[in-house]
Parts: sequence; C-alpha cells; structure tokens
Amino acid sequence: MEDIVISAVDLRKSYGDTVALDGLDLSVHRGEVFGLVGPNGAGKTTTIDCIAGMRRPDSGSLSTLGLDPVGDSRELHTRVGLQQQESELPERMKVGESLRLFSSLFGVEEPGMGLLEKVGLGKKLDACFSDLSGGQKRRLFVALAMVHDPELVMLDELTSGLDPRGRRDLWSLVDGIRGSGRTVVLSTHYMDEAQKLCDRVAIVHGGRVVALDTPDALVREHCPGMRLILGCGQGFEPGDALEVEGVLGACMQGDTCVMDLRDAGVVVPVIQALSGAGASLGDLHTEVPTLEDVFMVVTGREYGETDE
Amino acid sequence: MNNVFRAWKLGSVELKLYLREPSAFFFTLVFPLLLMLLFGSIWGNQPFPEQFFGYIDYSAAAFIGIVILTTGIMNLTVNIASYREKGILRRFMATPLTPVSFLMAEMGSILVITSMGVALLLLAGLVIFGMHFWGSPLEAAVAFLLGCGAMAGLGFIPASLAPSARSGAVIANIMYFPMLFLSGAALPQDILPDALRTVAEAFPLTHSIRLLRGIWLGGRLAEYPVEIAVLAGTLLAGAFFASRMFRWD
Repeated sequence: MEDIVISAVDLRKSYGDTVALDGLDLSVHRGEVFGLVGPNGAGKTTTIDCIAGMRRPDSGSLSTLGLDPVGDSRELHTRVGLQQQESELPERMKVGESLRLFSSLFGVEEPGMGLLEKVGLGKKLDACFSDLSGGQKRRLFVALAMVHDPELVMLDELTSGLDPRGRRDLWSLVDGIRGSGRTVVLSTHYMDEAQKLCDRVAIVHGGRVVALDTPDALVREHCPGMRLILGCGQGFEPGDALEVEGVLGACMQGDTCVMDLRDAGVVVPVIQALSGAGASLGDLHTEVPTLEDVFMVVTGREYGETDE
Repeated sequence: MNNVFRAWKLGSVELKLYLREPSAFFFTLVFPLLLMLLFGSIWGNQPFPEQFFGYIDYSAAAFIGIVILTTGIMNLTVNIASYREKGILRRFMATPLTPVSFLMAEMGSILVITSMGVALLLLAGLVIFGMHFWGSPLEAAVAFLLGCGAMAGLGFIPASLAPSARSGAVIANIMYFPMLFLSGAALPQDILPDALRTVAEAFPLTHSIRLLRGIWLGGRLAEYPVEIAVLAGTLLAGAFFASRMFRWD
C-alpha cells in the first residue's frame, strides 16, 4: 500500500449546475509519471486542484501522500509542487526575485542557479515576469513548483498554447523530473504528449475516468487493429489478402493496397501469403492506433469536441 | 514565527514592486500635498485669534488622515483584488503562506508607502508654512500607526472578497468618500450638520484624525481612550474577518 501516493474514490464536484467531477476514481503510484488526458472541460483541472488541496470535493474520499488534502493543506503544500494552468506573478517581479521569495515562503534554502538553469532561464535572472514569453513563464512556474524539492509534482496543462519548440523543452524537463524519483501527475489535452511522457494514463471524460492503463496497453485493449499499407505490382489481387486469417478488409487505392488487420500478429502471415501467391510487393508501412483512437473508442465521440 | 518571517519576506518584495512602479501610488501621495498647498496658500499658518496654532498646524492631522485613508482602503484593496483577478493569489495559495501572513505583508509594504506620503507632507508643511508640533513624537507615531492599522483593517474586508480590481475599486470607493468628506479629512467637521457629525462618529477615520490632532496640539494618548479603542478594535475586527473569509480565488 505504501507505494500509492494518491488515491481518489468516487470524487464528485459541481459548480452550480455544472458537474465537473462525476464519480472519479484513480490511484497513482510512487515514482510514476501519471497523465490525466481528455478535452478541455473534462474535469482534469478540478481533479488536480482537489488532489493538491486547492479545492474541496463535494463528496468522495481522497488521500494525497497519506494526507487529507483539505484538512492538512498546509502540510501538503510543503510536499507537493503545483504548476497551475491559470496563474501569474506580479508584472514587475523579477525571475530571480520570485525564486528567492518562494524559497522563503517554503522555508527552504535558496536553490541557487541550478534550478533556473535546468529550466533554461539561467540568463533571465533579472527579467521581469511580464517580459517573459509564454513558454518561459511556464518554465518559471515549473521551477517555482520545485524549489522545495517536493515528492509529488503536479503540472496542469503544462504545454497548452505553446509552439512545438516550447513543448519539446518542457517535455525534456518532465523527463528530467522523472529521473529524480519524484511522482509526477500531469494533465494535458494533447494525446501525443500523454503517450510520449506518461507511464500510465487516465482518460478523463465527463468528470470520470473512462480508461486507465499504460498507453500501450490502452491501445492494445481498445484499438488492437492496425492498418497495413502495401505498394504492389504485377499479380496482386486484394482477394488473396482477404483469405488470410485476421485480415478484416482490403482495398486498392491506385498502386497501393490498404488492409485493416485484426492485430500486429497478422502482418507476417499476410506478407508470406501474398509473396507465396507470386505477387510483387513494394514499399510497406503501417499505421498504428494512438491514444486519440482509444479516446474515440471509449467515449464514442470524435476527439477535439469540447466536453461541455 | 515562520508566519512573521514569510510576511516579512513577501512584504519586502511587495515594497520593491511598489517602488519599481511609482505610478500606482504617485497620486495617493501627491493629492494630499496639493490640498495642503492649496488651502495653505488661502489660509496661511498665522495663529487663529486667541489660539496658539494656525490653519496648517490644525490641519496636519487631516492631511495625514487622507494619506492613511487612501493607502489603507484604496491601494490595499485594489492591489489585492487585482492579484486575485490575475491568479497571483492562487499561486500563493499553493504555498504554506496563510491569509493573515499575506495581509500582514501587504499592510507592511503599504505602511512604508504611507510613511513616505506623510514625510512629504511634513517636509512641505515645515519648509513652506513653518508648521509647528507640540506633542510627543513617540506618541504621534503610535497614533499614526493606529490609524494605519485601522484603515488597513477596514481595507481587509473588501480586499478579502473582491474578485477583480474593478469590483475592489467600487467597494473601496463606497467606503472612501463618506470618510473623506465626513471624517474631517477633506472638509472641516465644524461645517457639517450635527446629524452627519453623529454619523461620522461611526467612521474609524474620524477617530484617527481626532487622536492625531490631539497629540499634534500637545495632548497625550491617555486622554483618548475611546479613539484608541475604536482604532485598535477596527484592526482586530478586520483581521478576524479576513482570517475567516479571505478567498484566494
């Protein structure tokens, strides 16, 4: 049991008539990078706020690092680092100043330059907050969430609104935190980000967790099929492919044949059968489903529709 | 002790932020100074008939009262409400900082700004009008701090709740103008009808100005127990309200 750092059972939270959490369950293990994914409005931020003691759930049981997040919020805040989606610093506050201030608020030694260099702001010590770019602000907030060396780091919508370069910078930052043995919980509406960064992923939809596992296992379970795209020449008949066990469909698109396969294990038999039948084959590539496809299967809707 | 330390650290950063952007409080400091120059040039500072003090000597407490009122109600409320609006308070919420430490920090930094405004007034009064002072400087400082504390205590109420700078400014104005005109700050109280003077007894600023003026003209703190009780009570009540009702978001 001791390696469970967050355990939430049947969390519920409404804002007026809007239901944000509708019976959300999850548990997070020590040392993992755990992702909450889903569209905007799915309940990810409310979940993070409840776990971090920033909001009180209406009902349900919740324990973070063995503490009650609301009742023990001050102790919890000394052990959790939180990067919030909507948050700012005073415009004229300088980067170095903010780091010193937050160190003293947490009652810890100043972390020195190392932390700022790690987030790529080593040269921005005297820059005012309002002069930083969106990505730099986000990285500063990650640094501020780390000044007190927390056991649990929570990153809410770490990369939303950033350009690809800014996203990659933050991804490597998360990889750095992972190596340090801390537990990371991050929320994102980018499925590719979750797939790349997270050890385990909870798909949040309509205020509850609709699927939870490693990204690979989620794909295997919910979208086992894959697509094989094969360039083909003389002597090729799509009908030959359909005779192979596990080929669900095949059709020609110009010089290429697109086949839907039951799972990855069908690729080799198909190739053997076709070349055995004397067909000349060209380039081959596959399309493997992603978390985005999993989302569509488990929620029955197109990803990208907002979840209001 | 940790809470005091946190308030000290945050307060000194807040003060630096104020000084980095003086436009935010410039008018606060200059407005009472302009009033002093205007009325001083009309009335001068010759002793009133059969009195030992003149207009400026008598009104110094009122001008100081305007500074205390403006920083304590306006600047404090608008600054904190804008922090709430921008999500800066949410960032502080995720630290061990308590609402009371946070408000102590804000009150402390605004106290320095208020003192700057008062220093400016004293300098102008002394150099331009040859202002006199008959009281104990130590007791005057206590009276000044009590006034600042009471105004901040009042300011804590809108500052604890206002969701945006704009709404904070509206509530602060509702508290500000009655006190500015009825408490003897911008207008002398003797020209007010009795009914309004009675109403003004409910305003802490009335007591702050009376206490300051009393000390200024040679009185002692011990002669003003009611004023001192009202001012200290206002600060405590405001702090109690804030400790229960303060919202980070």
